Amino acid sequence: MPTGDLIASDQTAADPQALKHAWQVLDEVMDPEVPVISLTDLGIVRDVEWRGGQLCVVLTPTYSGCPATEHIEQSAKNALNEAGFTRVQIEQQLAPAWTTDWISQRGRERLKAYGIAPPVGSAAKPSFDKIIECPLCGSSNTKEITEFGSTACKALYQCNDCLEPFDYFKCI
Amino acid sequence: MTRYDDLTELLLQLGDSAMVQAQRLCELVGGAPALEEEVALMNVGLDLVGQARNWLEYAAERINDGRTADDLVFLRDSSDYCNLLLVELPNGDFGVTIAKQFLFDSWHYAMLQSLSGSSDERIAAVATKSFKEVTYHLRRSSEWVKRLGDGTDESHQRMQAAIDQVWHYSFEFSMPTEHLAALEAEGVFPAASTVHERWSETVKAVLSEATLTQPEAAARNYLSGREGLHTESLGYILAEMQFLPRAYPDANW
Ligand SMILES: [Zn+2]
Repeated sequence: MPTGDLIASDQTAADPQALKHAWQVLDEVMDPEVPVISLTDLGIVRDVEWRGGQLCVVLTPTYSGCPATEHIEQSAKNALNEAGFTRVQIEQQLAPAWTTDWISQRGRERLKAYGIAPPVGSAAKPSFDKIIECPLCGSSNTKEITEFGSTACKALYQCNDCLEPFDYFKCI
Repeated sequence: MTRYDDLTELLLQLGDSAMVQAQRLCELVGGAPALEEEVALMNVGLDLVGQARNWLEYAAERINDGRTADDLVFLRDSSDYCNLLLVELPNGDFGVTIAKQFLFDSWHYAMLQSLSGSSDERIAAVATKSFKEVTYHLRRSSEWVKRLGDGTDESHQRMQAAIDQVWHYSFEFSMPTEHLAALEAEGVFPAASTVHERWSETVKAVLSEATLTQPEAAARNYLSGREGLHTESLGYILAEMQFLPRAYPDANW
């Protein structure tokens, strides 16, 4: 029997195992612009719960104008459908506003391995003399080239040692 | 123009100003002085389009006549737009582009700072999110004003000329109190009456660091973006922005 039939019935609707499964599914859905970090690692999945037999997934956008927002909603829905969750509702929530502080430790490591310097410090306690390490050679001798990089969430840096330019995931 | 309640007009002013500023920035695709700068301008524009959508969706719900946020953007004429006059002015040279962006960002910052504490939860949510983004915008445009103002003789002179040229339109930053008193009293727009003062402090500090002279307070005139009384520039912007959805009303992505 496909899991969807199980999950759609009222008895299993309250099953915490099914919710755990839904989180695992979302943990495999990647951000379309940085395809190594999952939606849960990015910290944009705010809640997953049952509401009247429907699986309700609450997402928050990273930036107001992020063009990936709708794409992300659709891919989350598709992945859950494929995993057998037949009735999925995606809800957008603006408050509290997303912050890079919600990016998981695993997410930060994956960003770095991908060549993007993860956000440094905490958005809640901003500091002005941050050292952004080069994700390629590890040097702390780097400089900002422009406050905006290839997407709204990144700034462009360059390493003074290995000379490679790299993206820095802005701390907001 | 069609008049609405004060709150809806405030939402339209915020949404339309962000939208028109974003549209002006889009004109610079392929024409900014440096690639990095072009990327930055487009990212600022993208943030503003997202913010405009959030404000205008709320405005559309309040107007409640079947129009969506898209309809408001693509199917209203200039006399129904409530944007600040400043944002519709042509981009001019890079000095003018930056002067406009800086004055807009500093006003926007003071507005969103207040609205983040709104008693209306939806306004507070959109404002808090936008405020983070606009803090970044303001930092960037302030840096440019300082760099150009306190740069070479030529950059100083051109940055001063740019500020002088667009300064006049800052009269709209002190909004008529009759529209705001009730919103401020209800807590929907806390500290509305101090927006102009806080804006003015930011500008004073940046211009002084940039070694630029702050012009005298701008006087009100017969134009008023909020009331749909615009410069001729807005019509040209809308003609370009609205052509496709008006010519092909069922066009889709
Ligand atoms: Zn390096």
